[in-house]
Amino acid sequence: MKEQPILEVRDLTRRFGLRTAVRDVGFELWPGEVLGIVGESGSGKTTLLNCVGGRLPADDGTVLYRTAAGPAVDMLALAEAKRRRLLRTEWGFVHQNPRDGLRLDVSAGGNVGERLMALGHRHYGNLRQAAIDWLAQVEIDTARVDDAPRAFSGGMQQRLQIARNLVTHPRVVLMDEPTGGLDVSVQARLLDLLRRLVRETGVSAVIVTHDLGVARLLADRLLVMKGGEVVEGGLTDRLLDDPHHPYTQLLVSSALSV
Amino acid sequence: MNAMTEPVAEDGYNFAFLDEQTKRMIRRAILKAVAIPGHQIPFGSREMPLSYGWGTGGIQVTAAVIGRDDTLKVIDQGADDTTNAVSIRGFFRRMTGVATTERTDQATIVQTRHRIPETRLAEGQVIVYQVPIPEPLRWLEPRETETCKMHGLAEYGAMHVKLYEDIVRYGRIETAYDYPVMVNGRYLMRPSPIPKFDNPKMDRMPALQLFGAGREKRIYAVPPYTSVKSLDFEDHPFEVERWEHCCALCGSNDSFLDEIVVDDSGNRAFVCSDTDYCGERRAQGHQGAGMPAGYGQAAADGAAPGRKGD
Amino acid sequence: MYVAVKGGERAIANAHAWLAEERRGDPGVPELSIAQIREQQRLAVDRVMTEGSLYDPDLAALALKQARGDQVEAIFLLRAYRTTLARFGASLPLETGRMTVRRRVSAIFKDVPGGQVLGPTFDYTHRLLDFTLAANGEPPAAPVAEAPLADTLPPVIDVLNRERLIEAEVVPADEAPPADLTREPLRFPASRAMRLQNLARGDEGFLLALGYSTQRGYGRNHPFAGEIRFGEVTVELEAPELGFAVELGDIELTECQMVNQFAGSKTEPPQFTRGYGTSFGHGERKAMAMALVDRSLRAAELGEEVSSPAQDTEFVLYHSDNVEAQGFVQHLKLPHYVDFQSELTVIRAMRRAAAQTAEAALAEAAE
Repeated sequence: MKEQPILEVRDLTRRFGLRTAVRDVGFELWPGEVLGIVGESGSGKTTLLNCVGGRLPADDGTVLYRTAAGPAVDMLALAEAKRRRLLRTEWGFVHQNPRDGLRLDVSAGGNVGERLMALGHRHYGNLRQAAIDWLAQVEIDTARVDDAPRAFSGGMQQRLQIARNLVTHPRVVLMDEPTGGLDVSVQARLLDLLRRLVRETGVSAVIVTHDLGVARLLADRLLVMKGGEVVEGGLTDRLLDDPHHPYTQLLVSSALSV
Repeated sequence: MNAMTEPVAEDGYNFAFLDEQTKRMIRRAILKAVAIPGHQIPFGSREMPLSYGWGTGGIQVTAAVIGRDDTLKVIDQGADDTTNAVSIRGFFRRMTGVATTERTDQATIVQTRHRIPETRLAEGQVIVYQVPIPEPLRWLEPRETETCKMHGLAEYGAMHVKLYEDIVRYGRIETAYDYPVMVNGRYLMRPSPIPKFDNPKMDRMPALQLFGAGREKRIYAVPPYTSVKSLDFEDHPFEVERWEHCCALCGSNDSFLDEIVVDDSGNRAFVCSDTDYCGERRAQGHQGAGMPAGYGQAAADGAAPGRKGD
Repeated sequence: MYVAVKGGERAIANAHAWLAEERRGDPGVPELSIAQIREQQRLAVDRVMTEGSLYDPDLAALALKQARGDQVEAIFLLRAYRTTLARFGASLPLETGRMTVRRRVSAIFKDVPGGQVLGPTFDYTHRLLDFTLAANGEPPAAPVAEAPLADTLPPVIDVLNRERLIEAEVVPADEAPPADLTREPLRFPASRAMRLQNLARGDEGFLLALGYSTQRGYGRNHPFAGEIRFGEVTVELEAPELGFAVELGDIELTECQMVNQFAGSKTEPPQFTRGYGTSFGHGERKAMAMALVDRSLRAAELGEEVSSPAQDTEFVLYHSDNVEAQGFVQHLKLPHYVDFQSELTVIRAMRRAAAQTAEAALAEAAE
């Protein structure tokens, strides 16, 4: 059987007033693949991610997703009920700022359990146990299960956000600068964790980052965005070691050894 | 004016204050609400001569359904003689002239704030709840556009997050009143701020339950014999509060009790919140341990001290 | 009666009698007439009419008298009365260009066709208490202009409009005629017409604070006072059986047109945008604040980021009404002892459980 992409984005366009933030962007995401989208701020990469993830309406284009059940659906044209159900079961979204992806005053356990409760799980003890298991997975002290993440460090909050997303075993996870705003040492630990989780769960991921180091470590393939358009794409090592487009060359040369 | 017109109420106002068009509009909303149990129906709430928060929603619902043959009971906190209950009952006496009663079993319409009577309501009766905030999801989502969507898609998972947090923090579900319920297995509903003690009375109640929120401009309903289930977890089932005391007046051990501070040293007595229920029991010969000696009526009748020559 | 906190009918009747006595104040001081309030407390009357959504200076003055000068209470009284009034129809849109102007200023041009008219304003008064008023001083007569103003003073914004420098005010063709907010509930998304209706009835203090917040950076939209005018306009009704408009009379009205930062879109070149405010009588502060908030509520429609309270349609429209707000805030005075009892029961049970846990821990430690 021939493998098919899990996600196909075509001709995606989003405007803000006179400005076109994303213009005719398309890409494919394959099962188990990590796709990095790089570019400097203002290049449209976060807008692209938000449109793909249904957080921002797109003006044009299709986001074809092959569901667990089999048939492919256009996420942008899907009835809202179905779209929202897919988003909270088969998809995940990790925000740059954990504050946007967590309920800071709800316990870590409640944060992890929310998606399960939305699916109808109604046993407190089991929900809490599932949360404890996932905290261990993301290397958070399980004794903190009843503490609210407001008191967590930035790195812990980010790991909790990841656990909250992965608890329903999503097939596609979108991440917006997941390591942004973290100290370098904390970043390294988070990157290791992400690499392990991606490998162990086989999830497909799209990661938006301005940091080519992060892209090098996590992504199998990269897209380079500039001014709302994709200027170059390819396997990570090829693209970073032998950039073709002048803009990519500039990006790579201005980054410290990646 | 012709002979069919209903008698004009005081001061030239229409029967039950609202004009007939408005009453029809409200009755249409009620019919819709009955057809979709627990679903909130927006309605053109009018500005009433009583203040928002004082029961304008309940008053409009009652005004829309009341007829000349009805007998009205109004309670607040379970009691017929609380100031707001007295005020609303007085409003309807002025505006309709219908009979009023304090007896639950003799009323055809019971308008209530914060309680369901202890005496079981029967088929043919209507209970009208005054509702301050109708939206059960409001605590986690302040936006109407979003909560509408959550109801439409029955996305109620986040509501359980709140209950989960209660157990994390307190070892039990801490919500004591306005405890969220699922109506007919479909719509999440706020029962209005009744104590959770009253929640089980809503389940398959033979009477029609109508809910009016005036300021928020919503009406919802639970038709007779409809399932009303309080949210809970399998391992933390819903429970109602219990007292270690009996009513000091009628000795009841199964009714909701008010705690009354009887002296300056903080001594308390417990009495039924439902004054009609308590009175009926006493009339049947039931007796409690009695109120502490020396506890009597204090001057709180609104008269100016030393100004009215009393 | 066994429960002192439960008042009866007698308590309520006594309280009302006492209130009436307090309203009258010292009987040695002459009673205020409705006409005195209408003529001499005119701005209070204007605000009650505006937020009460009923143009009737005598009833508004009566409401103020009955409310002991409390504006929100007077607005409430007027609104409750308004509920009982029959609706005969809707007037034609007011032609404010044909207003008999008593005041008209623009901050965006030094001079404008028809001229700037300062009119009766507090703006340049020195706020010094005038003790001659305490001594019942009659003011000297104000001088009269040599020539009357033109009958028609075109809106200043029209100057910008001619050059298409400001957005055209076009009602979308598919937009239903605005509903009456006092007969139908607010629904979202709310059209601009519905928003304006809500803001016109909205609490002046609330709108003032919100408008102010946009100036201080919470949703800044760079406003200029394009024009503020106050005067009399004619209200006309087109009765279906007649087929032509009938003049019902004149009302006093204040109108404010704000000119705001420009925006462009896919189809439109950069243009100034508008904010609109109005009030019955002379209510410049309200009209200006309303215009600022109207403009900030257009953020989403103009493709601006919605990040501040004054740009949040649901937040603004759901909290602007002072009759609703005063009711819900003050309903906390009503008895809540049943709810409180439930909380007491829960908190006692939790404390008991906590004490037992602590005891058990102590006993364990002692073993």
